Amino acid sequence: MKKVKWNTALSKSYITILLTLGGIIMITPFIWMLLTSFKSLEETFSLDLKFLPEHFIVENYAKVWEVLPFGSFFLNSIIVSVCVVIGQLFLCSLAAYAFARLDFPGRDALFLLYLAALMIPSQVTLVPNYLIIKQLHLVDKLGGVILPQLFSVFGTFLLRQFFLTIPKELEEAAVIDGCGFFRTYLTIILPMAKPAMTTLGLFGFMFSWNNFLWPLIVLNSTSKYTVPLGLLSFQGQFTTNWPIMMAAACQAMIPIVLIFLFAQKYFVEGISMTGMGGR
Amino acid sequence: MLRKSTLAKKQHRAALLFLMPHFIGFFVFVILSIAATFVISFYDWNMINPAKFVGADNYVKLFTNDSIAVKTGINTLVYTFFTVIFIVAFSLLAALGLSKDIKGTVFFRTVYFLPAVASLVAVSLVWLFIYNTDHGLLNHVLRFIGIVHPPAWLSSSKWSLSAVIIMSVWGQIGFFMIIFIAGLKNIPRELYEAARIDGANSWQSFWRITLPLLSPTTFFVVIMCIINSFQVFEQAFIMTQGGPNFSTTTAVLYIYNTGFKFHKMGYASSIGWVLFLCIFVVTLIQMRLQKKWVHY
Repeated sequence: MKKVKWNTALSKSYITILLTLGGIIMITPFIWMLLTSFKSLEETFSLDLKFLPEHFIVENYAKVWEVLPFGSFFLNSIIVSVCVVIGQLFLCSLAAYAFARLDFPGRDALFLLYLAALMIPSQVTLVPNYLIIKQLHLVDKLGGVILPQLFSVFGTFLLRQFFLTIPKELEEAAVIDGCGFFRTYLTIILPMAKPAMTTLGLFGFMFSWNNFLWPLIVLNSTSKYTVPLGLLSFQGQFTTNWPIMMAAACQAMIPIVLIFLFAQKYFVEGISMTGMGGR
Repeated sequence: MLRKSTLAKKQHRAALLFLMPHFIGFFVFVILSIAATFVISFYDWNMINPAKFVGADNYVKLFTNDSIAVKTGINTLVYTFFTVIFIVAFSLLAALGLSKDIKGTVFFRTVYFLPAVASLVAVSLVWLFIYNTDHGLLNHVLRFIGIVHPPAWLSSSKWSLSAVIIMSVWGQIGFFMIIFIAGLKNIPRELYEAARIDGANSWQSFWRITLPLLSPTTFFVVIMCIINSFQVFEQAFIMTQGGPNFSTTTAVLYIYNTGFKFHKMGYASSIGWVLFLCIFVVTLIQMRLQKKWVHY
């Protein structure tokens, strides 16, 4: 018995050491990003490795907001992400309710079509989506960025699967009491679906916040840029002011990291449940 | 009888109202777009001059007369191959480590998952700096341990793809680790206890119990990883713009440059379709192979 205990303890500490080494590799780029953001420009170009900054130049963080309209970037990202989340929750839950609870001809075939669409990489539809947005005069407007993201297939799929697990008795009771479909949806299904809706909201927000390719295509003016596009603007044509760019990157990451830290449970469960990341 | 049909009609009407908002957008931005991509791929169009019908010329050119496309295809395949292998290996190892009762599981899980949550743009920019030949952290460290002439990473056509691969693996381990952890949780503990009673050591229980019972999860991770890797964009765009000398041009970057930098909409559409077909075929092959090694 003692030998087994000793072996287990030894292997456990062995695993912990390995995981810690891996963890160091995982986190080093972030630490480096943080440290660089406080350095002076000369320090980043020095030929010797200077791990810690000489002085913690906090002004870099303020400079970020002066050099480029970082405030606009943040505002644009917030507008886009919030609109996408609200829109997705609304549209996808309506569609999911229809798929899960209502009977109509072609329902299963249509749902299969939705599932098939999940397989299509988004890059295939880049060109026509851009042309559609152009026709709607939404190029270089936040609305053009928001619009295609509202019709998430992933969201409909996630919510439909969840709605199917809600016991039917509650709705049947409501129907007996004279509730129409919409009231049932609003007063019974939605409140019970809070976990799934929260998960969808979080994933939708994260994906929309970090979205790069589509805003890159739609937006042209710097003032309309979302945060990912704005970050790229810190790249100079010949040289880059690394400390300021790192300070910008750190600040850009704050909302998502905060959300992640507080709602980690939802992310982990959402991924474990569906295996997808929110597309 | 009358009641039934009224209820049915009610459901049909309700379904229409519930579905319509989402479906309109789905139809326009997904179905219509896919059809449009298909149609546009048979034209030569730069958005300024009227479109010119060229039949299958775009596809012919793509397969026979485009050296960049060849490089792009090779880059994407090499990238996918190495990225998938390393991600599956490391995320599985990490998940195994986190499935034993050790202290700080939540802490490790957070640290490993953080790169996946951070904006790919921010992450690419940090790594752009880390990979800097003269001032980057990586080469500083390499010089410190004695490598006098470390590679020029992103400026070298030989090393740039490896640099992108390393960074992508780093960024995605956490995400797939979570999936493996969920898969490992589903393996009943009793099997391990029974094996231990029968005298199996940890290596044997890994090969005989863990791997086979984990195979559905592994299959899923491999497919998702492959599909993701085929669509890589941000890292290549931000760190190298596809260079040097097209050594990091990947499929989506090629589509982007063709369509939105050079405005060859027709050609870009054809590349998009070929990419889609490749992903589709690879997924089909995987599903066929599934029967050989996945145990349900």
